[in-house]
Amino acid sequence: MVDKVAIARRFIEAIPHARALELELTTIGDGEAAITMPYNTELVGDPRTGVIHGGAVFTALDTCCGAAVMSHPSAPGGTATIDLRIDYMRAATPGQSITARATCYHITRNVAFVRATAMDEDQDLLVATASGAFTVEGL
Amino acid sequence: MARPRPEPMQVVKQRRDAALNAIVEGVPYIRFLNITFDRRGDELTGVLNFDDKLIGNPLLPALHGGVTAAFLEVTAVITLSWEYFFPRIESGEIDAEELIKADAVRFPKTVDFTVDYLRSGLPRDAYARAFVSRSGRRYASVRVEAWQDNHARPIAQATGHFLMPQNKSEAG
Repeated sequence: MVDKVAIARRFIEAIPHARALELELTTIGDGEAAITMPYNTELVGDPRTGVIHGGAVFTALDTCCGAAVMSHPSAPGGTATIDLRIDYMRAATPGQSITARATCYHITRNVAFVRATAMDEDQDLLVATASGAFTVEGL
Repeated sequence: MARPRPEPMQVVKQRRDAALNAIVEGVPYIRFLNITFDRRGDELTGVLNFDDKLIGNPLLPALHGGVTAAFLEVTAVITLSWEYFFPRIESGEIDAEELIKADAVRFPKTVDFTVDYLRSGLPRDAYARAFVSRSGRRYASVRVEAWQDNHARPIAQATGHFLMPQNKSEAG
């Protein structure tokens, strides 16, 4: 089990685009994962407000969902996104890091079902939620 | 009554390109992903210019799914904005020069966005085109697809709903 967690963490941190966004895997195991994305002015979607672009939030959520699938006890190895839907509740506060948390709540031989949330440093108000289906691949 | 002489082509092109640049430039995230837009008349094609930092799976290698989603969302938002501004610029209601001023362009806000991943994105340029299914005063619905070598084999498609920018005077 420990090995798989270590593999997942290494795998996530070896992703070039995850490095470009400075994504940090903070929690992983048993189908749950959390990823933090620090505030970065390069990721701003509207220069008048300084709010992070929804696309960067999508990437953090997608990566986190993939990590949650890989950490599930029944997952043999890799995964790929089949579909992912994101709902944006509000703009993330400029200057704050964003934390994505994902749960793989059901897994079959072929498909993993995941839901996720994104929050900034205000832990009471959601920035976005996501839900999706992922493939289940052998190692 | 004689029809007014058409404007010289260069004048038309320059005005339209200046308006497009005013909408696209200045968004740091679009620059970060190095997304550009090809314009043919009023039709836009988004171009995701490949770079190694866009890779999500180094073993295959493949584009990061989040990058593909962001590319689709950027194309949807820019196309939606463009379809709002283009007729207003052509009719003279909005001056293309005025668009360049920081507060003139306000983007539609994404309410939700659903991405279908159809094929893995290869490590090369990708293209995207958005179709505005409906654009009302408050809400818009947009469909968008991305492809690489072969337009008939899209790598991803998405639909999204957007909240249109409201004039401050109209906002209750």
